[in-house]
Amino acid sequence: MSPRLRWRKFVSGFMLTMTGVCALVAVSALFFILGYLVYHGGTSINWSFFTKLPKPVGEAGGGMANAIVGSAKLLLLASLLGVPVGFMGAIYLAEFSGSKVAFVVRYAADLLNGVPSIVIGIFAYSLVVLPFKHFSTLAGGFALGLMMIPITLRSTEEFLLAVPRALREAAMALGASKWKTIATVIVPAAYRGILTAVLLAFARVAGETAPLLFTAFGNRFWRPGWNQPTASLPVMIFTYAVAPYDDWHRQAWAAGLVLLGLILVINIIARAILARGIAVPRA
Amino acid sequence: MKRIAGSFLAALTVVLTVVVFAHAALSINGAGATFPYPMYSKWFDEYQKKNPSVQINYQSIGSGGGIKQVTEGTVDFGASDGPMNDEQLKAFQEKHGFGILHFPTVLGAVVPTYNIPGVTSALNFTPDALAGIFLGKITKWNDPTIAGANKGVSLPGNDIVVVHRSDGSGTTYVWTDYLSKVSDEWKNKVGKGTSVNWPVGLGGKGNEGVTGQIKNAPNSIGYVELIYAVSNNIPYGSVKNSSGAFVKADLTSVSAAAAAAAKTMPDDFRVSITDPPGKTAYPIASFTWLLIPEKFSDAAKRDAIKGFLTWMLADGQGYAEQLSYAKLPKEVVAKEEKALAKVQ
Amino acid sequence: MAAISTVPSAGPISGSRSFLNRLRDGDEIARLITFLFAGSVVLVTVLLIFELWRESVLPRHKFGLHFLFTRVWDPIADQFGALPFIYGTLVTATVSLVIAVPLGIGAAIFLAELAPARLSDALEFFIDLLAAVPSVIYGLLGVFIVVPLMRDYVQPALKNTLGFLPLFTGPAYGIGFLTAGIVLAIMVIPYIISVSREVLMSVPRDQREAALGLGSTRWESTWKVVVPFARTGIMGSIFLALARALGETMAVTMVIGNTPTISASLLSPGYSIAAVIANEFTEATGDLYLQALIELGLVLFLLTFLLNGMARLLIVLTSQRGGGTVNA
Repeated sequence: MSPRLRWRKFVSGFMLTMTGVCALVAVSALFFILGYLVYHGGTSINWSFFTKLPKPVGEAGGGMANAIVGSAKLLLLASLLGVPVGFMGAIYLAEFSGSKVAFVVRYAADLLNGVPSIVIGIFAYSLVVLPFKHFSTLAGGFALGLMMIPITLRSTEEFLLAVPRALREAAMALGASKWKTIATVIVPAAYRGILTAVLLAFARVAGETAPLLFTAFGNRFWRPGWNQPTASLPVMIFTYAVAPYDDWHRQAWAAGLVLLGLILVINIIARAILARGIAVPRA
Repeated sequence: MKRIAGSFLAALTVVLTVVVFAHAALSINGAGATFPYPMYSKWFDEYQKKNPSVQINYQSIGSGGGIKQVTEGTVDFGASDGPMNDEQLKAFQEKHGFGILHFPTVLGAVVPTYNIPGVTSALNFTPDALAGIFLGKITKWNDPTIAGANKGVSLPGNDIVVVHRSDGSGTTYVWTDYLSKVSDEWKNKVGKGTSVNWPVGLGGKGNEGVTGQIKNAPNSIGYVELIYAVSNNIPYGSVKNSSGAFVKADLTSVSAAAAAAAKTMPDDFRVSITDPPGKTAYPIASFTWLLIPEKFSDAAKRDAIKGFLTWMLADGQGYAEQLSYAKLPKEVVAKEEKALAKVQ
Repeated sequence: MAAISTVPSAGPISGSRSFLNRLRDGDEIARLITFLFAGSVVLVTVLLIFELWRESVLPRHKFGLHFLFTRVWDPIADQFGALPFIYGTLVTATVSLVIAVPLGIGAAIFLAELAPARLSDALEFFIDLLAAVPSVIYGLLGVFIVVPLMRDYVQPALKNTLGFLPLFTGPAYGIGFLTAGIVLAIMVIPYIISVSREVLMSVPRDQREAALGLGSTRWESTWKVVVPFARTGIMGSIFLALARALGETMAVTMVIGNTPTISASLLSPGYSIAAVIANEFTEATGDLYLQALIELGLVLFLLTFLLNGMARLLIVLTSQRGGGTVNA
């Protein structure tokens, strides 16, 4: 074997090992993050975290019960905005629109998707908070819903388009009108993919903090209703993490674990649904 | 599967409807200074226990934020340790058609707090030292201006890490107000305000953020409200006052700082008590104010706020000292009780 | 399915039945309703851009283009300049790419070329999970783990070895451009890996086999044939990562130091556009101050818009050349 070939083989082996190292580094980052969170968060989670309200500054104890409920309310509002608009819009794109209109709508959706989350917060502030003269759950839900729209729209559209022509044509041949075809044949055929899209969009906005900073604001009490500021998990994590109190740090870890656990579980479920196969094979 | 989802959704709707309409507590929102946040969070918590139908939700976003949001009308009241200046008062008046009132709540102190490896005692700071450090002219801990006032303490030759506020802060206002009074260079180069163009340093958000930074960064120095240094066990220094004595911030020295002003308190309660006369006075102390609009369209809110203020001036003052804030002087309390009538 | 090329609208052409027939069938109503929803998306996007433009009128008139080049950010003197924030945003994004791109492409090569299919899929699953971790959690880890590590070990080591470079001068605070860049790198690596992996896997077998048949080593065939074939798709993934890094708010503001400084040193604290908006928005007193922040938001939006545009262009070029499009 010539020396040059030996060298090339060595380089090959070396570089390929390096790629393995890169993969290892990337994946171990995830395990490291999870591990740390589980360790620190797990030791801090207790019953009072889930059931108590925050205590006055500097006093130990207390929990994030209102933040958990607050996040739930915000996500509910976000879904009420994001899911219908995304779903219906996708139906329009996949079933009714001409190519020019479709291009414009898709472009707008991609643009909206690319807007940094803090800018969405600015928009929601001027659109909802200022006119109503209130920081509110509504404003926060609106901001998060805006972020959900492009994700649901584009993904749902893809899954709708993937339903094979044969199914549509069969329905048409049987005399069904367009909307009936959509409602009873196409959407059910794509429902797994659509559900996945919704879940993934949900998980994405569940962790968003920046848009909530000047919309939902924050609250240390229980506040039923939708027109008042509300606490939320991500904002609490931020507030507690940068503060000097060790007890707050402890709670921030616990909240981080709860939030990440929720998001990962949703992601895994979504992928499992998809992996079970879409009801109909892709075109 | 669909049935389960359907019934779950139905149950959820019922629960939410009940939750939405069940509770009828009055909710009042305020925002502003981090300086008195430990005090306010205690007060609002205690007040809510005594009056369960009133929830006062206070978010500490900094004095700048308090002034801004109360002017915008997105919160019902604000809080600041830097009184609103004439321009800001005018802006409020123009926007709402009526004015806004300042109500002092407690007295607090802004202390120079630091984290120097190996130094646990309370250092003495002269005005020149503080101005020099924050101007970026004094860069090492063993600089003669600092060492000269601290004979007997061995200061390392490390670089000083300056920490200041990154957000609009009344604490910054008090600190820069003091520095402007004792250093002409500071006055001309930087000036005073809730948000200034800092020559050097890292930014922390809120008193909490600055304290957090100092705790984590060796060789750092910053300025925070007294309770933040105390409750986090970080050392803070004494400052040389106008009479030449090195005074450490505590209830007595802070009350002494307010003594002169208490007698000559203006009607709008806007006053600065930094660098006051008096041998025992701490030079960097301040009142902190709640910013209450003169008129409330919602009578229930107005009464709730007035009720809180009355409680605050009486029972509320009793909670101040355990959190290292000084009570308001008697004369000021009396004056405020009369001023309450102005809120309509 | 190619996402960008025109999509035939499934179903019979709507002109073939009479309007009344369609109306009776309810199709016209369905079309109208869904059109309203789709239109609302466009409406909201246009409204957002319009609001950004309208609400930044004061500083645009006062400073004009100078806004982009002024270093001073002084709320008291009403002087506002975007340069420190643009600088910080670009520097942290660059640092993150310098770290994430080699690591990401390397990992993608491993997953696409070397790893057995099961392992590759399993690892890809975990990497996709990494992409789902929210920003504030990265911030949490940044504050409590990365910053102390940087301050106590990494930064002093850098100063001792490479301190002669202007890149690594100044005190070791722990926070700063470098730390923010590192945290951002961890955040964007998953994007680079998953897109690059897909693109690499879709390179036709014969390319590799031709190279190997000509006597190249495994590495040479990968690096000199497969990767260049997938080049534009990989570039697209980098732009995607860059767009994310530019808009990132929480993780950055927790570790960058929040000081509007322009410094050659990576150890220096700094500020980014998203971070300053997050910190100062609720307290910007005075219209000029608030609108200056909104103008910063507009600048950031334009930056990401440009980048996304370039990414799309690349993807279009890719599909035209017929190489490297995604179809897992």
